Order: sequence, then structure tokens, then C-alpha cells
Amino acid sequence: MKIGIPTEGRSGETRVAATPNTVGQLIKLGYEVVVQAGAGAQSSFTDEAYEAAGASIGDPLDAEVLMMVNAPTLEELDRLKPHTTVIGMLSPALDPELVAELAKRPLTALALDAVPRISRAQSMDVLSSMANIAGYRAVVEAAHEFGSFFTGQVTAAGKVPPAKVLVVGAGVAGLAAIGAAGSLGAIVYATDPRPEVADQVKSLGGEYLKVQSGEEEQASATGYAREMGEDYNRLAAELYARTVPDMDIVITTALIPGRPAPRLITEEMVASMKPGSVIVDLAAANGGNVAGTVAGERTLSANGVRILGYTDLPGRLPTQASQLYGQNLVNLMKLLTPGKDGQLVIDFDDVVARSICVVRDGELTWPPPPVQVSAAPAAPGAGGAPAGAAAAAAPGSTKQPTSAARRYTLTALAALAFFVLVAIAPSALVPHLTVFALAIVIGYYVIGNVHHALHTPLLSVTNAISGIILVGGIEEVGHYSTVVTIISAFAILLASINIFGGFSVTRRMLSMFIRS
Amino acid sequence: MSIETVALSAYLIAALLFIRALAGLSKHETAVAGNYFGIAGMSVALAATVLLAAHVGISALGVVLLIAAVLAGATLGLWRARVVEMTQMPELIALFHSFVGLAAVLVGWDGYLSVERHPFGPAANVLRVQGTYGIHHAEVFIGVFIGAVTFTGSVIAFLKLSAKIKSAPLMLPARNQMNIGALVVFVGLTVWFIVHPALLPLVIVTLIALVLGLHLVASIGGGDMPVVISMLNSYSGWAAAASGFLLNNDLLIVTGALVGSSGAYLSYIMCVGMNRSFISVIAGGFGIEAPSSAAQDLGEHREITVAETAELLANARSVIITPGYGMAVAQAQHGVAELTRKLRERGVNVRFGIHPVAGRLPGHMNVLLAEAKVPYDIVLEMDEINDDFADTDVVLVIGANDTVNPAAMDDPTSPIAGMPVLRVWEAKQVIIFKRSMASGYAGVPNPLFYRENAAMLFGDAKARVEDLLRAI
Repeated sequence: MKIGIPTEGRSGETRVAATPNTVGQLIKLGYEVVVQAGAGAQSSFTDEAYEAAGASIGDPLDAEVLMMVNAPTLEELDRLKPHTTVIGMLSPALDPELVAELAKRPLTALALDAVPRISRAQSMDVLSSMANIAGYRAVVEAAHEFGSFFTGQVTAAGKVPPAKVLVVGAGVAGLAAIGAAGSLGAIVYATDPRPEVADQVKSLGGEYLKVQSGEEEQASATGYAREMGEDYNRLAAELYARTVPDMDIVITTALIPGRPAPRLITEEMVASMKPGSVIVDLAAANGGNVAGTVAGERTLSANGVRILGYTDLPGRLPTQASQLYGQNLVNLMKLLTPGKDGQLVIDFDDVVARSICVVRDGELTWPPPPVQVSAAPAAPGAGGAPAGAAAAAAPGSTKQPTSAARRYTLTALAALAFFVLVAIAPSALVPHLTVFALAIVIGYYVIGNVHHALHTPLLSVTNAISGIILVGGIEEVGHYSTVVTIISAFAILLASINIFGGFSVTRRMLSMFIRS
Repeated sequence: MSIETVALSAYLIAALLFIRALAGLSKHETAVAGNYFGIAGMSVALAATVLLAAHVGISALGVVLLIAAVLAGATLGLWRARVVEMTQMPELIALFHSFVGLAAVLVGWDGYLSVERHPFGPAANVLRVQGTYGIHHAEVFIGVFIGAVTFTGSVIAFLKLSAKIKSAPLMLPARNQMNIGALVVFVGLTVWFIVHPALLPLVIVTLIALVLGLHLVASIGGGDMPVVISMLNSYSGWAAAASGFLLNNDLLIVTGALVGSSGAYLSYIMCVGMNRSFISVIAGGFGIEAPSSAAQDLGEHREITVAETAELLANARSVIITPGYGMAVAQAQHGVAELTRKLRERGVNVRFGIHPVAGRLPGHMNVLLAEAKVPYDIVLEMDEINDDFADTDVVLVIGANDTVNPAAMDDPTSPIAGMPVLRVWEAKQVIIFKRSMASGYAGVPNPLFYRENAAMLFGDAKARVEDLLRAI
């Protein structure tokens, strides 16, 4: 099949859906590639480079597969041959009109921005790869506007304090911004309603500011942050009101899929900042996190705070953005070309293919069924299948964990049985049973803490201490008949081997474990 | 304060010291101290027991035999512990389990010979007064049964692990019925023995238990040995606890319960590591039900040379090594450690990813790597490292197969579906050290070998690692 790479029609768009590098990979998958003349010019890829990679220069609308960055225009749609497959960032959830237009035609449309957030599909997640660029560029834009250093210095001319940066929302873009700002030398703070990102923030050198809320924050099943409750929002607002006045740069990245961006930074907070401070609002396209943001514009607040609402941040790094976007597309095509024979196959049993398909041969297939994502942690103490396996295996293939009701019933039955057993036992036995039951429980908890790497020493130590059966042998040796004494002596011999051998081999093993 | 109360308080101290010993093993830093706590507990317990025995009165023959047996046992035990190869740890541990089992059988028989054999002797009369004479019958019986199962089971495990017999599962027809039948007969015999404590049922139950232990482990394949070893560990604990009930000795009960629950917990971890139920492992015969999907076409695998591997490693920033039982068989751990050292000197971030059921013993790989002087803080368990594969340049799979099989995650029809595995295929390049394209223990084909980012390095793992060391 032939893949067409058009010049992007949308004004201000600098990216292109394939680079010479990715063209080569597409050809390896068995496709022919046609690139529109000048398609890569704005991303610094020449037509010659595409040709050198094996593509031909021609009319991309003639191909069976059209790869784009943005959705096609109506005019382009009209010119497409029947049964063409269109792949791009179609934003089907936000653009119902486009979806309707697509469904009118005998086309297949795949929305690359609808890839589910599962580990297998990470290599195709264009939202992540674009957000990564946007986060980096946001810091560069902020540095450009900001009138001072980011890094603190002690110079002959005096001391320069480091800039303080607050990143709101530690998703992909937020983390990229934390990393970029940190490596410029700024002190970086970050907030996010999902407490599990605290470690990621820390790993990039940022400090995680937690909203002290009673609300049980948690990762949502889709891997994105969800809308928080009122109580949380009030406490978060207090945190921002306290923190923002001290900041030189604020970068906001808070987005909730399918909803307008939450308004987190109010006019009062903007007014509390120092003149010359910079705010970059990455959510500007969806209404903005900051009061006073204008999408696509740079505005100045009354007190001299610069608010950047640029919506084309990924496009400001066109070469890199095109390469990552193109690679995402190649990874998708690898999935959709199982035979590596240049034949596109859309298999609806595959959750990735199903999720991105908006229209198939003129038949509307949007919205897809929801996909549960691996980010959700397993409930502690559930004791069933481990989290990794449960999340990754196809739905329905994992065992049903025992239901709570059944578990309680079993526990109650076991308790009852034990109760009856102890109740009918002669009183001389009861202290022993008590000791026995408690020792099992202690054993369970003590062993549960043992480090995995020490399981072999654990086995040999328990081996040694189970040689305590020696005590039994000693109690019986030399009291009763000679036969008993001899048998006991043999038991003592065996148990002694265990005790001495077990402790000594454990000591030998443990002495081998060294730190680097 | 009498000799008895002194002994009892010494036993309590010993029990606490044992708990402290196991708690010490939770961290590398405290593990050595933990072992000494165990030794201290054992010394206290033995001193108290000897004191008590001397107080009650012990025959001259008894003293001589006691001292001789302890000295001989100590000599044998210390000698074995000094010379054992770390690759042979599973065998040694299985052998030690069998000793506890046999000792429990002997203690049980002693109990019978000294009490039930003389139904109107002084020992029996004391129990009658306490109202535990019938209980004593049951205790003898149960102790002998558990001990005998542990004994023969461990002996078979030992023979399988030391390759003295084939490790393939023994598949008798109606094997489950046989096992259940043996349990039913055991319950019946117990009732008989309680009603009428004669020699015959005790002999029969000993024989049945010996055969049951033998059959139980014989029908479990080599790759399930981590579960078997932990299970036998658990049994040896219960055997000791049963002896404790028999002898009215709380220290034995506590220690037995500690060991028993420790083995049970380890078995549970191992079963989770294979995503199989305990019952299905014990019922045995996993390898035989090899799926028919072996015939399916998985595509072509790619081979790689030692020189190319060396080149990849030299240019890598981050390398993860995932060893399996094959590394132990080939004795390749020293070469692997040397490779690790060389790469780390060049600034490559080398780490190890250990699957819970890698090897033939829980924690086996950790001990082997420790022996080869790999620092333990770069040896990580599966959950710690699984998310890092995506950022890794090269993964070396050395002698592992099922534990890195992507079919466990991708293919719901696979026999190992749902088993947690090391996601090595997320790395940029995976190199698999393997002798041939044969399947692993589970008999399941491994699609990893046919992935685009995977390449095979055929040959003996030890020889290949040494070649690699020369090439770097």
C-alpha cells in the first residue's frame, strides 16, 4: 500500500507526519511512501532527504493511507479516494463535527490521540510525546521572558538568587518542565492531585507540594487525573495562594480529559506575584488554568506579570516534534501491519486498534468501549493475583479474587471449627494449642517481612531451628528402655547435623552478601 | 524456683530468641546478627533440656550416646556446611528437611514405645490422670505421619535436585486418587489407633506415609522445586510441632509453628510467582500437559555473535541481567559477576532482575550472585525492576525462559497466562543465552525469542560469558 504525507494545511503548523528517518522504517514495513513537495520544509527536512530515504515526491492524496498531524480539512476530505485510511490527531472527543463529516464518507479514520494508556501502547502515545516537548518548551519560553537567571550564582558583582518555579500538574508535560527548569538551575516545586507522582517529581529534582486533604486521592482508571472534590479544591487553592506570590515562574499543565481546564490560578493570585514574573499556561487551548490567559497570545497583567498562552509549543520544536510524532506513527503501523507486507490490518480484537478507530469503511465506531489501564494500584491485602499480572493480562483471563462475603464465611467457619476443637480438647492440651496458634500468627508476620533475597538463608535458618526436635530426643534418651535410648540417640544425631550444619551454612551464606 | 521452672523460662527465652532470629533476616544489615540470635536460642534451649534430663535421671548409656550423637552430628553438619557448593544449596536444604522428618518419626516411635507399649506403666498412668492418654495416641500417630511424609518427600527432592534421579514428574494413573486415598486411610487408622493403640496400625501408617511422601514429590517436576522445598520446610516445622504436643513441650510447638508458617508463606509466594494454586502444584505433572500450540509458527529467530554482543554492551548505558536456573546449572555466576564488574567500571549501570521462582530454591539466584561477589544492592526483585526495562539498552537473559515469556501477559490461552514475568522485551535489545531453541520447564514456546529486538546467543552459558569477557 501507499502512504501519503501531505503538507499540513493548518496555519502555523510547522510539523510533518513523517521524517526521512521514519520514512525508512515505513518502507521496511513494506509500504511505499509519497511525500508532498515541501512537506518537511518547516521542520528542516528537505525533499531530497525524503527521496534519499526511499520516498517519492508527489500527490499524497492519491495514496491509500494518509498520515497527517492535524485533522484533514473538508476540502482535503472531498478529494480523498474512497476507502482511504486517514491517520492523525483527530481529537474525536472534542470535535463531533469532524467525526460526523468523516462518517459521511467511505473512509477509515484513526485518531492517534485516542491511543489507550496501556503499557503496550506507550510507544504510540502521541499525547505524551507532544506533551513532553511542550513541557520543555514552556520552560524555554519562560526563560526567554524572564528577566533574570534561573540558576543561583555568586559573582564578583554580587549574589544572584536562583529562580523559583512552580509546576502545576506533574503529568508528562509537567515532569518535562520540572526536569528542564531544574537543569537550568531553578528551584522547582510541583503539585498534583495524584500522590503517587511524588517520587517522580523527586527523581527529577523537584519538590512535591502535597495538598493536605482528607479526600482519598487516587490514580483514576484511565491513568489521567480526574476532577477533584470541593474540599480538595478549596485546600489546593489555599496552597496556591500561599505559594504563588513567592514564585518567579508558574507553569500550569492541569488538564482533565473531555472537560474544560480547571481554573487554578485566580486573578488575586496573579496580582500577588512580583512584576516580571512569568506564567506559562499549557492548558490555554482548553480554556486555561490561569485567570487572564488568552489562547495563543502573550498578555501582560496589570501588575506586570507575563502570561503566555501559547498553544503551539510542540510546533516550536518542529524537527524534534516531527521525529517523535513520526516515530509514534511508525510504532502504530508496526502494530497494524502484522505481516510486514505493506498491508494495513485493523483488528478490532486488539484494544489499541479498537480504541483509535473513529470510522471504519464509512461506519461510525466512535466512541470505543472503555479500556482499564494498568496504573491503578492493587488493593492492599487482596492477596490474589499480583498487580502487574492482573493489569496486563487481557480482561477476563485473570482469576476472580475471592469475594469478600466468601472470604468472611470461610474465616468464620475456620474460627468455628477451631473453637469446637479447643472446646472439646482436654484442658491439659489447651495451653499448648494457645501457644501453637499464636506462634503460627507470629511466624506469618515475621516471615512476611523477610527480604526476598534472603529466602535461602531463611530456609537454612529455619532448618537449623527445626533441629530443636533434638530436645525431644534428649527427653527420651536414657529414661526408658535401651531400644528407646538407641532410637533417640539416632534422632539426636540427625537433629544435631541439622542444627550445626544449618547455622553454619547460613553464616557462610550471609557473609557472602556484600554491598557495592 | 525448681529445675522445671528454670527449664520452662529458658524455653521461653529460646522461643523469643528464635523469633528475633527470623525477624533479623528481614534486612541484609541485621541478617548476620539474626543468625547469632538463632544460635543463642538453640544453646539456651539445649542447656535447659540437658539440665532437665539430668535432673529427671539419665542412664549411663544415655549420657554416652547423647554426647556421642551430638558430637558426631556436629562434625557431620559443620563439614557439610563448609564444603557445600552454593549451586548445591537446594539439595543440602532438602537433605536437612529429611533429617527433621526422620527425627520426628523416631521421636514418635519412641513415644509409642515408652508409653503405649506399656499401657499400665508409670508414664501412661500420668497421662491417664491428666486425661490426655487418648490425645497422646493421636499425637504419636500424627507426628509419625507428618514426619514420614517429610522424610521420603525430602529424600526424593534431594535425589531429583542432585540429578541422581530424573527430575521429570512421575505420572501414575489416578495419582490424585492415590494421594487422597492415603489420607483417608490415615484418618481411619488414626481412629483405630486411638481406640486400640496397637503396633500394627502404627507400622501401617508409617509405611503409608513413607510411600505417600515418595509419590507426592516424585510426581512434581524439577521447575516446581521452589514450591516443594518450601512445602517440605513447612512440613518439617509441623512435624516438630507435632512432637512438641507429644512431649508436652511448648518450645518445640513454638519453633515448629514458626518454621511451619514460614514454609507455608514461602510456598505461597512461590505459587503467586507462578500464578498457580498450591493444590495444582502439589497435584503435580505440569510439564506433561504441554500445550498443542507448540506447532504454531512464531516466525524466525535471530542469532547474534559474541563480538556483536560485546559491542552492544560496550555502547550501553544501562544493562539488566535476568538469570535463571540455567545459570546455576552452567555454573556461570562467576563469569557473570566478572562481566558485571567490568561493565560497571566502564560506568555502565548494570543491575540484576530476579524472578521469585528463578532457580530451584526461593532466593537461590541471590545466594549464587552473592557467592560470586555481586553486591546485593544491584540485585533487585521483579517488582522493583519491572518498570525499568523500558529505559534499558540491553537485557541479558541467562538460562531463564518461562520467567521472561511475554505469552504470560499477551496470550490468555497460554498455560502460563497470568503468571507475573520480567518484561525484558520492553528493553531496546534482549540477548538470550541458551543452549538450543527448546522450551522451558512449562513446555510453552517463548515468543520472546522471535521478537524483533531479541537475539539468541547459543551455547553453554559459562563458555559464552567467558568468550564475552575476552571480547570486551
